[in-house]
Amino acid sequence: MSVDPVTRRPRLAAAAQQTATLAWRTLLQIRHNPWELADFSIQPVLFLLLFLFVFGGAIAGTTADYLAYMLPGVIVMNMTFVTVYVGHGLNTDLTKGFFDRLRSLPIGPWTPLAGRIIADLVKQGWCILLLLAVGYLLGFRVITSPVAVLGAIALVLTFALAMSWLMVLVGVIARDPEHVQLFGFTALFPVTFVSNAFVPVETMPAWLQTVVHVNPVSLLADAVRGLLGDGDVLMPALGVLAWSLAITAVFAPLSLWALRRRLSRG
Amino acid sequence: MTPAIQARGLVKNFGATRALDGVDLTAPPGTVLGVLGPNGAGKTTAVRILTTLLAPDAGEARVDGFDVVGQAAEVRRRIGLTGQYAAVDDKLTGRENLILIGRLLGLSRTASRQRAGELLGQFALTEAAHRAAQTYSGGMRRRLDLAASLVGRPAILFLDEPTTGLDPRARLQLWALIRQLVAEGTTVLLTTQYLDEADQLADDLAVIDAGQVIATGTPAALKARVGDRALVVRVRNPADIDRLRPIVAELVGAEPQADGERLTAPVADPGVMVELVRRLDAAAIPVTDLALRQPSLDDVFLALTGRHAVPDDEPPA
Repeated sequence: MSVDPVTRRPRLAAAAQQTATLAWRTLLQIRHNPWELADFSIQPVLFLLLFLFVFGGAIAGTTADYLAYMLPGVIVMNMTFVTVYVGHGLNTDLTKGFFDRLRSLPIGPWTPLAGRIIADLVKQGWCILLLLAVGYLLGFRVITSPVAVLGAIALVLTFALAMSWLMVLVGVIARDPEHVQLFGFTALFPVTFVSNAFVPVETMPAWLQTVVHVNPVSLLADAVRGLLGDGDVLMPALGVLAWSLAITAVFAPLSLWALRRRLSRG
Repeated sequence: MTPAIQARGLVKNFGATRALDGVDLTAPPGTVLGVLGPNGAGKTTAVRILTTLLAPDAGEARVDGFDVVGQAAEVRRRIGLTGQYAAVDDKLTGRENLILIGRLLGLSRTASRQRAGELLGQFALTEAAHRAAQTYSGGMRRRLDLAASLVGRPAILFLDEPTTGLDPRARLQLWALIRQLVAEGTTVLLTTQYLDEADQLADDLAVIDAGQVIATGTPAALKARVGDRALVVRVRNPADIDRLRPIVAELVGAEPQADGERLTAPVADPGVMVELVRRLDAAAIPVTDLALRQPSLDDVFLALTGRHAVPDDEPPA
């Protein structure tokens, strides 16, 4: 096994420690930036409460029935929004020169990206658990097994990981962090709303239903509904995995190419 | 002795722009090499190549004997980089920034914390250590940035315009810190737009313009070419410039440069001022300004190239 010349430790172990350190750094930022914590803690809960109590009666008759349908939808929508942090943080590092500082250090070349994505998955995990907890307080009950809950979390994180590659590309291309947010949310709003996350598809025009059925947000919401309550799991879950693979296959190489290009421009 | 920094024939193009056009640089160990030049001359591009951030299109560079392209990891183990824009994490505290770098360099938790404490003390940041870097003043941020590049005790330090945008007091503080590092044996490559900064800190200078080194030598040798001081005369009536020019030329023994109603010339002996005032009086040339000042980068460029350091359509930095 090759040995890292700086730490005298196996190269892979050194890279793992560097990645963990960089993930720790991203999470540490939250401690000094309470607004960010509020952003991804209060916001999902606010969405949950607003949608539940404003639309619940109209869509499902009672808020209790609607909660069982929409909680998975809120989890999925919020997951897509949280991925914007990957692009935002990466772009901040690139525009402020911190990325150059990292590149001038003897660390694994892919560790800054890996650290950021892992930190993002921790944030994602926190949001899912928070939404499940608030959902429980509002009366949501998991009627399957703990293994199925873990499966639901794993599936959401898998898709989040794929989405991260898309956001890396946005982070590399955007001029500044504000543009990442602008572009990210502008793209995500239609994708998350043209889905079955909040409303059953039957009320939509036929042509829109076609879009909704193939939208990975719908598939993921369905799979999570099945894993926490009742409904099909296998087909939507396979659809989510196929989407995850496809997004990663396209955007991981594209993002890395764009990043190398940006860095070689000086 | 192997030079700490050696670059030969570095070429770098960005699209149609040639940022570096055959740059040679050499710094023996333990010395300070000043790279002097205006905005856009290629200083930052040269630093980015030497610190492995950018690959040259042609030419080669070695840092501590290691090739910056083929042995980038070895180079990174030996260098520290402080850029023009303080590259610290704004959202972390000063202490956390330094601990982060220590951990990335493979220091243990305890060793990282200890090294961070040392540097915070050395850079007068102990009191602000627990505050997020975004609350720091420009001078404090630059000190933190410099401290971050020193966590691994690099043998060779690259400082890209370390004092640009700092107030005079913060600049003096930073100069003192750099001198201390040099006294401890660190080799430094420093880029700057300020002749006095290069004069204060550098053992050798390379003047760079449009991607090419146009002069090298010690600061003393360069100043001898430019003059210790620059004489500036501003006439009330621009038509008097032609009458003034031969008077100044004869007194200072060099051809002065005219720019509107202003005439500048290098001066070795400040005593010429007295004689100049007499002759201005005798020739009845009214002046609005008559001064001796430190030569600027612009004076260096005028002396070396016969033109201004900054294009005319841009305000001088």
